[in-house]
Amino acid sequence: MAVDTVVPAGHVAPAKLKRESQLALMWRRFKRHQLAVVSLWIVVFFYLVAAFAEFLAPTDPSAYSARYTYAPPQGLQFIVATEDGGWAFQPHVNGYKTEVDPKAMRRSFVIDPEVIIPVQFFAPSEPYYLAGFIPMSIKFMGVENPRDPFYVLGADRLGRDMLSRLIHGTRISLSIGLAGVTLSLFFGIVIGGFAGYYGGWFDSSVMRVVEFIRSMPTIPLWLGLAAALPKDWSALQTYFAITIILSLIGWTELARVVRGRFLSLRTEDFVTAAQLDGASDWRIVTRHMVPSFTSHIIAAATLAIPGMILAETALSFLGLGLQPPIVSWGTLLQEAQNIRTLATAPWLLAPGVCVVIVILSLNFFGDGLRDAADPHGR
Amino acid sequence: MTKPLLSINDMSIVFTSPDEPDIEAVRQVDLTLTPGKTLALVGESGCGKSVTARAVLRLLDKNADIRTGEIVYDGRDGQVDIARLKPDSTAMRSIRGAQISMIFQEPMSSLSPVHTIGNQIDEIIVLHEGLKPKQARERTIALLDQVGVPGARDRANAYPFELSGGLRQRAMIAMALACTPKLLIADEPTTALDVTTQAQILDLLRQLQDDFGMAMLFITHDLGVVAEIADDIAVMYLGDVVEQGDVFEVFKTPKHPYTQALMSSVPQLQRKADRVRLQPIKGTVPSPKDRPVGCSFTSRCPHAFGPCAGTRPERTQVSEGHMARCHLLTHTKEEALV
Amino acid sequence: MTTLLSVENLSKVYTLGGGLFKQSRELVALNDINLTVEAGETLAIVGESGCGKTTLGRCIIKAQPVTEGKVFYHQDGGQKVELTSLDKRAIKPWRRDIRMIFQDPMSSLNPNMRVFDIVAEPLRVHRICKGRELEERVVSTLAKVGIPADAIGRYPHAFSGGQRQRIGIARALVLDPKLVIADEAVSALDVSIQAQVLNLLDDLKEEFGLTYIFISHDLGVVNYIADRVVVMYLGHVVETSPTELLFERPRHPYTEMLLEALPIADPTRRKGRNKELKGEIPYLGNRPQGCPFHTRCKYAEDKCRAEKPVLRPINGTAQMAACHFAETLNLKGAYDAAPQKVIA
Ligand SMILES: Nc1ncnc2c1ncn2[C@@H]1O[C@H](COP(=O)(O)OP(=O)(O)OP(=O)(O)O)[C@@H](O)[C@H]1O
Ligand SMILES: Nc1ncnc2c1ncn2[C@@H]1O[C@H](COP(=O)(O)OP(=O)(O)O)[C@@H](O)[C@H]1O
Ligand code: SF4
Ligand code: SF4
Ligand SMILES: [Mg+2]
Ligand SMILES: [Mg+2]
Repeated sequence: MAVDTVVPAGHVAPAKLKRESQLALMWRRFKRHQLAVVSLWIVVFFYLVAAFAEFLAPTDPSAYSARYTYAPPQGLQFIVATEDGGWAFQPHVNGYKTEVDPKAMRRSFVIDPEVIIPVQFFAPSEPYYLAGFIPMSIKFMGVENPRDPFYVLGADRLGRDMLSRLIHGTRISLSIGLAGVTLSLFFGIVIGGFAGYYGGWFDSSVMRVVEFIRSMPTIPLWLGLAAALPKDWSALQTYFAITIILSLIGWTELARVVRGRFLSLRTEDFVTAAQLDGASDWRIVTRHMVPSFTSHIIAAATLAIPGMILAETALSFLGLGLQPPIVSWGTLLQEAQNIRTLATAPWLLAPGVCVVIVILSLNFFGDGLRDAADPHGR
Repeated sequence: MTKPLLSINDMSIVFTSPDEPDIEAVRQVDLTLTPGKTLALVGESGCGKSVTARAVLRLLDKNADIRTGEIVYDGRDGQVDIARLKPDSTAMRSIRGAQISMIFQEPMSSLSPVHTIGNQIDEIIVLHEGLKPKQARERTIALLDQVGVPGARDRANAYPFELSGGLRQRAMIAMALACTPKLLIADEPTTALDVTTQAQILDLLRQLQDDFGMAMLFITHDLGVVAEIADDIAVMYLGDVVEQGDVFEVFKTPKHPYTQALMSSVPQLQRKADRVRLQPIKGTVPSPKDRPVGCSFTSRCPHAFGPCAGTRPERTQVSEGHMARCHLLTHTKEEALV
Repeated sequence: MTTLLSVENLSKVYTLGGGLFKQSRELVALNDINLTVEAGETLAIVGESGCGKTTLGRCIIKAQPVTEGKVFYHQDGGQKVELTSLDKRAIKPWRRDIRMIFQDPMSSLNPNMRVFDIVAEPLRVHRICKGRELEERVVSTLAKVGIPADAIGRYPHAFSGGQRQRIGIARALVLDPKLVIADEAVSALDVSIQAQVLNLLDDLKEEFGLTYIFISHDLGVVNYIADRVVVMYLGHVVETSPTELLFERPRHPYTEMLLEALPIADPTRRKGRNKELKGEIPYLGNRPQGCPFHTRCKYAEDKCRAEKPVLRPINGTAQMAACHFAETLNLKGAYDAAPQKVIA
């Protein structure tokens, strides 16, 4: 930038200050919220899991095995006792043995500590495509003999690996939140921006529409819309349809934020100053106004994601959202619906734990962002 | 001389914060308030005027600490050291609002928007004086009338937002006077008002002081207002009271370079022929964090010399009751010139 | 002297409320304003808050549309341009000649732009120069207002109130304007900083041959800086007068009232009690009939309540006032009879 050439070298303090953009400032303020920073790392972790789902998931999420119905979690272990009484480092899981409960006359699995199934990290695997286009033939972990049971987090009714399903579910659930928010953001910024900048009748009517939409109870609305989706749509089609349904409500909040910022900025002296400079509307909006609230938008968008994720989960849980071949946290939880399954296979609740962690983290993260985004905040 | 009502001796106030070094916002301040007299506290923003005032009422934030000194109040129940009281103790509460009360720059922020001004004043009277609501209301109306709210009986039923800035400030003053306090602290009560309204409020305060004989601590940054209302003046700079004394004397012979500079920064009301160019103080007030080691005014003082940068000047008596903190007063001219 | 700007019969009406189901109300913020600004002078506009000073400044510079009336800008050659009738594109060239300085040093600078870009923006918008030339011009303008070159990469939050005000001044001056409208440009500043900025404005006026419209409510500052004063009350011009005459002998009772209320930084000139100040500025929505000032005027008579006085020259002097009795009233000025002492 031109500035750099005229700033004499050797002025340490101004040079440091000069580099500090608004986002850098925001980041510095953000770092003061420890909870928000921790949450940020948790959120990043989950999104990384979502991005590398195929690589991280040990098996195909839909590969079933009737032999291992409701197999309990094996847990991952690292130390084995050697024959000479010492110990050695060897990642492994234990095998299963069947026991019959004499009272209930029911067959159940128990972990058999005798059987040791070694686990390999970065194990070679069947070739697959990461994210659908990067050919790979290596997985994060795997067992040497694909026929050995490998259920770190247990198995479900059809003997499918819970961990793999959870990882793939993470991808769908998190991406639907992100896609929904992106879509909402687009509508929100465009509609809210026009309403705020031009005001007048357009503003009034947009705001009435927003109020109308927001006054409708969301769950029945979603249910209605979701129930109207044709049953024969492909998984992908349903996915996008659900995203659109979610953002149909989501944009209103963002539009309100954007409009509010526009309205308050429009009367700020620096915007008047830009008008008096003779700048065009376009220049005023893009150069003077939008940069002043990008940080607010980021914060508002972050706070909108959890709502989307919860909505998807709720819809799918009720069987109206994504449908079973697609794995999402909602569809996974659908299988944990009855008490009996929960009593015998509590590990099916793992997706619920993930939902809670991710929603809390996103909220803390968003709160931190929002506080940091306030330009006059300290 | 009458017995002082409140004396602040050697008071220092420090703000602590977990991730920054402590800030000494007020340093070894001595002030005396006498019944029937007005002490004006002057200085630029951030010099510690409000902090000093709030300390007297123990209204400071949690992270503030009165490190040293005492605030001796000679009230209804004999002498107490306010600095040693707990901010929310019964003793403090019986002083605050009843014996010492305060008015603020922005009346809206201290009046409740959801209660009529009459109810708000009634409440204080009932609380501190134990009157019946009926009697309290009569008293309220009398008070509003006294502070010049026209149509007091009706206006008592008005909400704060229904009043203009000047009337609101009057209502606020009526509230502060509800229990005939011995000391009234006014923190920039006229800064947000127009000159005409300001003149009316200043008049009112003077009138009330004559009627009730209360002491007044008047905070302002406007030297014109000081000249108009004060008996004594204390000039603050970066937490120090750099000069204090009788208002006539200090205006006539300001001894501290900061006081002098402040006075030559204000345009005098002169004809064109007599007009002199303003002589502003160079630079800006540093933050208390970068306060110079010696005299806090060193970085901007036109007369700074030898000892200024390293040694903090002591309080030096110039004449009866006129004090200043400047090395020029204890060093000869010759020393000052080298 | 040549006229630089003239305002003719300017009125501004705000429409309040007026929603879907609400009746809208009209508020006359400016009522038939006439005034001229001479090249090279500092014209002060004074009055209590809400009397329309800011609105007038903004209407002149067309930051707000006017309801009625005309604003003419007089070009060098003597040609008049009617600013009020120009559209956005057509007025752009004149935006270089008429610039504005704002009151609030916090909100008048974009917190997301570096100081360099803030001052360079007008040059870029008008495509006056770029590259090295742009840099040099920005740096030299900032240097003139006392902002060092090594600070130009910083954001506004890294500056004090006084420095920000200087940056705002640089932004106004970078286009080499003829007329600068300063709306309460020193009101938000501490006394010592206010003095610095006042001196700076004075020096810049000298150096660039500027004309100022100086909007202020502080009569002390106005006396110091202005050549001529326009006094406004409730959207009317009630008096215009050369500064010294105004402070020596005001012609309008409202001016007298303002001067009487003005506190003077000298306890020996203390005014004491008994100022006959009364009442408060009425809300613009219910403007009194007749003379707008009659509700507070101590000289008011029946005629005042019935008939609106017109602004006219008083006894052939340069003073104009809108009061029925301006010729005969002997109003009190603000100067001390004895020459004032000067504090060293
Ligand atoms: N955008 C607006 N809409 C409606 N009324 C307005 C608007 N702007 C100003 N007004 C009204 O117009 C009148 C004049 O306002 P203006 O801001 O010009 O006063 P002022 O003399 O500059 O006051 P101050 O000293 O407080 O800035 C006021 O009554 C104000 O409430
Ligand atoms: N709660 C607080 N925490 C830290 N510093 C404070 C706090 N309140 C005031 N200060 C500092 O104390 C100093 C004096 O403030 P104040 O008395 O409010 O100034 P003024 O003279 O304008 O009334 C300033 O430097 C201010 O930043
Ligand atoms: S002590 Fe020194 S620096 Fe401080 S005011 Fe006196 S002369 Fe100036
Ligand atoms: S016309 Fe009458 S009311 Fe108006 S200012 Fe003159 S004397 Fe006062
Ligand atoms: Mg204060
Ligand atoms: Mg204004």
